[in-house]
Amino acid sequence: MKKLLFFIPFIAFVALGAVFYQQLGKDTEYMPSALVGQQIPDFKLVDMETDAVVNNSAMPNEPYLLNFWATWCPSCSAEHAYLGELAEQGVNIVGVDYKDETPAAKRWLAERGNPYSLVLLDEMGHFGVDMGITGAPETFVVSATGEILYRHQGVVDEAVWKTLKGYMQ
Amino acid sequence: MIGSLIRAATLFLIFWGSNVIAMEVLEFKTPEDQLRYRILTEELRCPKCQNQNLEDSNAGIAVDLRNQIYRMVNDGQSNEQIVDYMVARYGEFVLYRPVHDQSTAILWYGPFALLIIGALVFVIVVIKNKRQTDRGA
Repeated sequence: MKKLLFFIPFIAFVALGAVFYQQLGKDTEYMPSALVGQQIPDFKLVDMETDAVVNNSAMPNEPYLLNFWATWCPSCSAEHAYLGELAEQGVNIVGVDYKDETPAAKRWLAERGNPYSLVLLDEMGHFGVDMGITGAPETFVVSATGEILYRHQGVVDEAVWKTLKGYMQ
Repeated sequence: MIGSLIRAATLFLIFWGSNVIAMEVLEFKTPEDQLRYRILTEELRCPKCQNQNLEDSNAGIAVDLRNQIYRMVNDGQSNEQIVDYMVARYGEFVLYRPVHDQSTAILWYGPFALLIIGALVFVIVVIKNKRQTDRGA
């Protein structure tokens, strides 16, 4: 019995080691979204194409991706071509031009193609804050009824799309 | 000697002056509001740069959230309302002072539990030793 006591530090060491080992390789930047399971917050934003103010009723009636992007964001540039491919496959993508200048954004879409069924202008970033985003790009999977199902921070590529696709059903 | 002192003083003034200019100028209705703003931005964590609070961070989102808190403070919203607003959007993650609930119980009460266990072990060992020495004497 007494001898067992001497092993307490060793047991504590092994336990801590196991805990730390589990944490290895995890993405330290990962942060669960507080909005998963909730409805898209109410918004009033300008539709880039028509210049009209639209609200939640302008959103698609099918599952879609809500993609925050901006011309100042290098990662958005990296994912743009892949979003184009997804749009060609028939994925409905709504874009939010986040804290950007509209003329530059229009030029960007004219030059690189427009994968979005709808582009909303969030010049001040208020909608971004309501959606709890921390930067661009960020992509949400939204259900046909407007429920937020999943959030991805960073570039969308083929590997990420596999995950997103699972939530699109 | 005097020349180098003057030069040092000039340099100091230049750098000090540039720091003052770089500071954000925010006007509050009352000194209490200013204090509230400072405490809130110190206690809320920047969601982008996770080891900084909103006050220290220069990330774009931190600047936006600071401005939002500034607006809310000036609108006369309570600290609770402001914290709820942040938690609703960024989760409990943004609280540097975690709430007391089941998921944070170990965090809050674990150290006290360990302290009690340590104290118990200490007392038991002391009693045992005392008995042994009593017997030996």
